[in-house]
Amino acid sequence: MKKYLPLIILALLAVLPLTGLSTYMLHIMILVIMWSVIGMSWNLLGGYCGQVSFGHAAYFGVGAYTAGILYTKFDLSTWWGIPLCIIVVALFSVVLGYIVLRLRGPFFALATLASGEVMRITAENWVDFTGGTMGILIQKRTWVDKTWYFYIILLIAAVTFFLVKKLIESKLGYYFVAIREDQDAAESLGINTTLYKTVALCISGVMTGIAGAFYTSYMGYIDPHVAFALHDISIITIMIVMVGGVATFWGPFVGALIMVLLAEFIRSMPGLGTAYQTFFGILLIVIIIFLPNGIVGDYKKLKRLVGLGRATS
Amino acid sequence: MTSAAIEVFLQTLIAGILLGGLYALIGLGMTLIMGVMKIINLAHGELMMVGMYIAYWMFVLFNIDPYLSVFIATPILFFLGIALQKFLINPVLKVDSILPENQVILTVGIGMVLANLATIFFKSDYRSTPVSYATNAFYLSDYWRDSPIELSLSVPWTVSFVLAVIITISLWFFLARTDTGKSIRATAQDTDAALLMGVNVKLMRVVTFGIGSGLVGAAGCLFLPIYYLFPSLGGQFTLIAFVITILGGLGSTIGAIIGGLILGVFESMTATYVGMGWAPVGRFVIFVVCLIFLPGGVASLLKRKKLGK
Repeated sequence: MKKYLPLIILALLAVLPLTGLSTYMLHIMILVIMWSVIGMSWNLLGGYCGQVSFGHAAYFGVGAYTAGILYTKFDLSTWWGIPLCIIVVALFSVVLGYIVLRLRGPFFALATLASGEVMRITAENWVDFTGGTMGILIQKRTWVDKTWYFYIILLIAAVTFFLVKKLIESKLGYYFVAIREDQDAAESLGINTTLYKTVALCISGVMTGIAGAFYTSYMGYIDPHVAFALHDISIITIMIVMVGGVATFWGPFVGALIMVLLAEFIRSMPGLGTAYQTFFGILLIVIIIFLPNGIVGDYKKLKRLVGLGRATS
Repeated sequence: MTSAAIEVFLQTLIAGILLGGLYALIGLGMTLIMGVMKIINLAHGELMMVGMYIAYWMFVLFNIDPYLSVFIATPILFFLGIALQKFLINPVLKVDSILPENQVILTVGIGMVLANLATIFFKSDYRSTPVSYATNAFYLSDYWRDSPIELSLSVPWTVSFVLAVIITISLWFFLARTDTGKSIRATAQDTDAALLMGVNVKLMRVVTFGIGSGLVGAAGCLFLPIYYLFPSLGGQFTLIAFVITILGGLGSTIGAIIGGLILGVFESMTATYVGMGWAPVGRFVIFVVCLIFLPGGVASLLKRKKLGK
């Protein structure tokens, strides 16, 4: 049963648009699935390989801009951005990885944070190429209806999920976990840590880039503040994984579901709209203090807590 | 070089040094916290923003000069830092989890809450403090009638710089001469050894976080007359503080001062010769170059020289 759970959930999600959901609900589901793709790819690098990146917006933005620039400069459909960004983001990750992966712990975290910011500032200032703060507007949307977008992002998510699962269950996954637990010990056992960290970063970056390219096609507008946002992308990505569960297969999905719904809920409340970051911050603090491994990771603990609450009441 | 070019260069250099002195003050707080607690405080810039808002409201409501607010904002930030450390960061240090970066992520959460609360309470307007001396300046030609080049020195920048230097020197005295300061340095060097020597490491952590926050609060007050104020300004200063920390070498006080000066000069050079918008990129170029070629920061250079002697 457990073995088929991913397939069952995939099938359930696939029939979702047929149930006649409103466009708004479909939009929310697309966002949830897109964020779980980003969360899963962050989880591969951060959760399994232990390299906590604060700059996944860099990969997201490079992916998004690859698609956008294809449209503005070469007059191609933005969908070509998805295959192309695999190459572009992979190259970008290797170059960036060369710089940041030699660092550890907090240094790595901050170097990645800076990398995201550098990309944003570059995109803002390199006006000829990126359009600067004006951003890129895709005038011709592929579909008005959201159903196809939903299936495309679902396909991307399914591929990401099975890729991450296969990777983690392979020898590579054990290397990643070994690096996370003790990098020096892993190195002394003959694991080429730099190589495997670069591999993790590349896969993670490419997956995030694909989500970015999808974002351009779906939203039809990107600018440096959207695509390379520190809080709204890099930090939210971390939060999704932290809330859902670090180093779990389902964590990113659960996290994305909770975060997107929460964000929409808070934004729709009159007078509370601007305060959503406060709620996110408080949620993050509470999660870190009480459920450091996230909802999926600390599921037993959570169940016990809830159970206790029920027993006493 | 023509005299005009020299003038521009010198003017840029002066602006850079003045900026660098203030940057050093921001970097110092972070370097202290990093040295003692081994965590990055990503809410550093947001704490500075809080300090700036305190000084701003002091000015607007009670007409207290931002420079005098240093004495108000610093204690407030000191206790805020202590509270954050005691009630939020300390509990997390004890929690067992897969990722050791939890504390860093926690400070991100704190920063988010602070920035967002400021947006809610004070709106996201850009504000500036209309101090009477905001546009005053010293001119070289006033003092040296026949000088071949003309240089100017803005009054608020100069006062801020001088105050920053005074605060830095008093901090140095505190760290080098007092018992508490020595205990803090001992904790930074080797926590276990300090513990064995009877240093109250736990208390030192709390105090250090308080001092770091207080310093950045003071820096906020000094920045207020020369900069504008908006709730999301924290992020960029967190990054600046962090670049300085890396540039200066982790946990090194002198390194942070030198790092701040280098960054300030470099930044104003990029702003003059490359373009205003590129100044932040210059910041990161320095950062990346430093990571690749000088991972220990300026402090490692200083150490090497000492060993060479």
